[in-house]
Amino acid sequence: MLSKIVRTVANQLMLFILIFGLYIIAHGHLTPGGGFQGGAVVVSGVVMLLVAFNSKELKKSLRERLLSIMESTGALIFIALAFAGLGTVFFYNFLVGSPIFGHIPTPGPNPGDFWTGGFIPLMNFAVGLKVIAGLSAVVLAIALFARGEEMEE
Amino acid sequence: MENIAHNFPFVASALLLGVAFYIVIFRKNLIKLIMGIAMMASGVNLFIVALGYRTGGNAPIYTDVPPGPMVLSVPQALTLTSIVINVAVLALMLTMVIHTYRNTGDIDSEKSRKLKG
Amino acid sequence: MRRAIGLFLWLVLVASLVSGMLLIHPFGDPSPTDMDDYIIENAQNQTGSNSVVASVVFDYRGLDTLGEATILFTAVTGVLLLLRTQKRKEEGS
Repeated sequence: MLSKIVRTVANQLMLFILIFGLYIIAHGHLTPGGGFQGGAVVVSGVVMLLVAFNSKELKKSLRERLLSIMESTGALIFIALAFAGLGTVFFYNFLVGSPIFGHIPTPGPNPGDFWTGGFIPLMNFAVGLKVIAGLSAVVLAIALFARGEEMEE
Repeated sequence: MENIAHNFPFVASALLLGVAFYIVIFRKNLIKLIMGIAMMASGVNLFIVALGYRTGGNAPIYTDVPPGPMVLSVPQALTLTSIVINVAVLALMLTMVIHTYRNTGDIDSEKSRKLKG
Repeated sequence: MRRAIGLFLWLVLVASLVSGMLLIHPFGDPSPTDMDDYIIENAQNQTGSNSVVASVVFDYRGLDTLGEATILFTAVTGVLLLLRTQKRKEEGS
């Protein structure tokens, strides 16, 4: 556990890193980025918390049950969206033209409209959830194993 | 010789692959082997992205793009998949090295060869 | 002796890689680009998103992303399975 200044600054910075990562995940269909890249940004924030605090302290906040439920939910949303267009073909983009995310952008260069994209923003969200939960569980497990304990069952 | 200067990104990725092959063949420390495999992955990703470049092209995203041709978009999607798979394989390799060190006390790849019960 | 043969074979490998890189198409001029031209033309109408790379990853080549999500899931499960400590209880294994 590092000094009090480092712990306080890490607590305050984690909010900004989380919002930046969620911005990259949410705008994956307009700007460069997407689910995998935004998930990696949030996991690097979790690693910063792991360095500032002990891994024993972080085990109280990130339980294994919560991370496991998050990762399974992300995978199930991804597969459910893939199966929902099975009327035409597997993985069909069934939300183009429907009122949820179904605007068509004006052709050529344009400033982006957020409500476009079909089911791409929803899939970005599911993949981002999966990457955050999976990689932070791996990092926490390696840090705890090097100390001699295990993640609690 | 001017062909090397014109195709230099491809030659740079081949040199990265060459250095990575030297590390994987000739070094015995397990951590250095893992670093060599990661370097091999970097060389391959650079090669795939450099294959799809058009001179004077812009990024293939239509939000506020300046006029002109666009670079090819399918190699960039394949590189994304490749990077994620390399991260997953690297995590598994590091876990194996932790277990080997804990059971044998040594990270020399010549000494920890036999699988003992 | 073995080390000399190994070094020679490594030099042959690097030389063949570098000389193979000079036989590919010149940098900046990829020759058959029919598939990519079709995707860049029609990605905004058919998919409805501004980013061609996101629509290739999730719509035109979505099965690759499904396989990649499976690999990520399997790797995380494997790492968490291997990093458990055994607590030996009193009544044997």
